[in-house]
Amino acid sequence: MKQSLFTILENTPLTKDVFKMILSGDTSAITATGQFVNIQLAGKFLRRPISVCDWDEKTLTLLYKVVGEGTEQMKQMQPGEKLDILTGLGNGYNLEKSGDKPVLLGGGVGVPPLYALCKALLKKGAEPTVILGFNKKEEIFYEEEFKALGVKTIVTTVDGSHGVKGFVTDALKDVDYSFFYTCGPEPMLRAIGKAAGTPGQYSFEERMGCGFGACMGCSCKTLTGNKRICKEGPVMESEEIIW
Amino acid sequence: MNTKVNLCGIELDNPVIPASGTFGFGYEFAEIYDINVLGTFSFKGTTLQPRFGNPTPRIAECTAGMINAVGLQNPGVEKVIGEELPKLKKCFHKPVMANVSGFSVEEYVETCRLLDKEEQVGWLEVNVSCPNVHGGGMSFGTNPQAAAEVTAAVKKVTKKPVIIKLSPNVTDIVSIAKACEDAGADGISLINTLLGMRIDLKRRKPVIANTMGGFSGPAIFPVAVRMVYQVSGAVKIPVIGMGGVQSAKDVIEMMMAGATAVQVGAANLVNPMACKDIIENLPLEMEKLGIESLSEIQRV
Repeated sequence: MKQSLFTILENTPLTKDVFKMILSGDTSAITATGQFVNIQLAGKFLRRPISVCDWDEKTLTLLYKVVGEGTEQMKQMQPGEKLDILTGLGNGYNLEKSGDKPVLLGGGVGVPPLYALCKALLKKGAEPTVILGFNKKEEIFYEEEFKALGVKTIVTTVDGSHGVKGFVTDALKDVDYSFFYTCGPEPMLRAIGKAAGTPGQYSFEERMGCGFGACMGCSCKTLTGNKRICKEGPVMESEEIIW
Repeated sequence: MNTKVNLCGIELDNPVIPASGTFGFGYEFAEIYDINVLGTFSFKGTTLQPRFGNPTPRIAECTAGMINAVGLQNPGVEKVIGEELPKLKKCFHKPVMANVSGFSVEEYVETCRLLDKEEQVGWLEVNVSCPNVHGGGMSFGTNPQAAAEVTAAVKKVTKKPVIIKLSPNVTDIVSIAKACEDAGADGISLINTLLGMRIDLKRRKPVIANTMGGFSGPAIFPVAVRMVYQVSGAVKIPVIGMGGVQSAKDVIEMMMAGATAVQVGAANLVNPMACKDIIENLPLEMEKLGIESLSEIQRV
């Protein structure tokens, strides 16, 4: 974990309410894909946890959905403004378990952390397939970015306005995979839990106090003991989850 | 400039103490700074049996503060002694404050008896004020006789200083503090969180799964200063002041209200460096205010 100031380089809309923020700053504490950062906003007491979409030595990319006052405030911010950010939070995805053909399933604003994960899996020589689920065509983001990585990218929409009609699990049926990685709303994670034919890793969300393991605000029970979503999570193994 | 204070016979390098429940057992913070700069810290509220605590969501944000309803999640006193304290020994070399909760007088006594044997423990902070568990915690702290009974029973099984942590959710905190003093308490710490509640307008339901929780953060600071002032004026034993403290100035104000030492709670969760920053700023603020020694400003 590291606390430092980042400078906004870019803050642009991808859809009506999903935004991409690129920041420059010290990213050295980020050690794994699937980790998150916790952002301090003026006038807000608690920080806002946001998953890391991508990073390199000097920049951090976050995709966030405007869902409340905090993210509304983020949306208004301009390039050049600074943010106090805790980086390197959470355990992140484990690449070693992927096998040759992992499948990555993202739902809505659960898509972002899969981007850096996909790049990391490609780098280690795996052949990932990506399934991105949205409600409708207007809500789709990052389809082109995943395709640009050269991976097979399937998009599903609940209303059938783009790609496969239905949920990510409908597309999963036709994919041959060695392991799965997922992030998205809990009903989606539950559905994947029932549909998946292999072990996998899930990234969970919970209301957090601190985001670094001090307050016990986001604890959950697992088959391997009590865990803090922010510290021992947000990524959990399929074998340990109590649905 | 002298920041040293004496808390129940043990000298602290400075009066700054991270409050129980906001600092775990210290390791998360030891990752980012040397926690030996602290006066001490009060570790996560410990009970006789392990506890998972309340369902989630356990946290709600407020203007200038937060509500928590963690519900005393902890591994139980045996694991605290067997696993947490040995781990802590590697990164913290000062006496630590052991925070204890219970659901019966017997549980308080047994937990304190076990912790009394631990060399690393400097003080026992007995929490009779947790607002987040039913049938325990706060029910002992809202009644002078019950608070006195816990105090007297715990005092019999330990030679370590016993500090009773009081709830602000009472009509007359002074009478409870005095009852604890009369029963043999070596110190009083206050205030625990204020009982609060938020409602999610979209879901039309309480934000917190447990409906209510403890409100903390800078919003409660004036309430805490007032209660520390009232209690420290009525008892002779040392008072640890807490509630919304987030700066060196707040520490000085709390001491002017009568506190011997000061705990910092919610601020740690927002700024993990909060206590280190406060400790570094204390001499600077003292200089600005012409304070030579912190022990001279207590109770203005």
